[in-house]
Amino acid sequence: MKPFKALLLATVIGASALAAAVPLKTDTAKSSVSAVFKQMNVPVEAPFRTFSASIDYDAAKPAASKASVEITTASFDIGDPMYNKEVAKKEWFNSAQFPKASFVSTSIAPAGAGKLNVSGKLTMKGRTADVTFPLTVKAEGGKQVFEGQLPIKRLAFNIGEGEWKDTSMVADEVVIKFRVTAAP
Amino acid sequence: MRRYTLPAIVLHWLIAIGIIGTFTLGLVMTDIQGITMAKLRYTNWHKWAGVTVLALAALRLLWRLFNHPPQYADQMPAWQRGAAHGLHILLYVLMFAVPLSGYFFSLAAGFPVVYFGEIPLPVLMGPDPELRALLRGVHYWLNMLLAGLVALHVLAAFKHLLVDRDGVMQRMLPIPTPKENP
Repeated sequence: MKPFKALLLATVIGASALAAAVPLKTDTAKSSVSAVFKQMNVPVEAPFRTFSASIDYDAAKPAASKASVEITTASFDIGDPMYNKEVAKKEWFNSAQFPKASFVSTSIAPAGAGKLNVSGKLTMKGRTADVTFPLTVKAEGGKQVFEGQLPIKRLAFNIGEGEWKDTSMVADEVVIKFRVTAAP
Repeated sequence: MRRYTLPAIVLHWLIAIGIIGTFTLGLVMTDIQGITMAKLRYTNWHKWAGVTVLALAALRLLWRLFNHPPQYADQMPAWQRGAAHGLHILLYVLMFAVPLSGYFFSLAAGFPVVYFGEIPLPVLMGPDPELRALLRGVHYWLNMLLAGLVALHVLAAFKHLLVDRDGVMQRMLPIPTPKENP
């Protein structure tokens, strides 16, 4: 019996060590990334249809967490195929040259119950900027739900070239909203 | 012949200008391909103008409910009175249906209306791709119907002015003609 018990213990320890190293599994159907922009003061929220998120989060050791998100820029959907094609063009996302936008965390710090402060590098259209934003975490049906908003300045990423640099039509500030549902 | 009341005349002509301007802007903006500054600007102006017409139409309907319009010319046959009355009812319905279909089309497309870029108007529903496609067609065809009925309305008015010479059109002209009001 003793060798069997030892083996069992080793398996459990091994499995849990493995579990800590493997990031949470993202439930894409219950996750979303969208951007809210303002044109002539009209707020419009539109989703990115294709993205992947990888979150490595242990509630017991939040500071050891890691997160990365990759978004397919051409999947931005403002509800009309013609408009979507426009937004993928050079003046906006330039999806042909920069198909992906990404975020990679550099540090995640606990900031009270269910709250984290996330810092990291946001890369869009070939430009990288350091960003910091608050993130909330809550458990929902055995899964972890991460939610947050990240305000950015679109011109810092050269999104909207030429006449679109004029922010009186489309505001410089854009809020990226996300909700990622993930389970171990 | 008695004329329409001053508020009725003012509202009629403001709405006439509003409908022609908004309709024209609608044709121009939908003709622009892609997304341009001009297209965004015209589209917002079109929405503000449409909301303005809707508000004026509401005022006008209220006024109409409490103020009877002046009599038709005595020699007007019954079928013409019936046709004129029917056309006026349809025009009233469309003065509401056209801007409302546009408003909900905009909401279904996920674009709320911010009046003059300052006053956010009620977001009565969220984005809905299916309704958006439906309302786009509804808004377009209601407009075509309105354009046809306005043309008929104008032709009939000029028939009264030039053929019948019965003073019916003068009841609504902005300035009373000396002959009518000596």
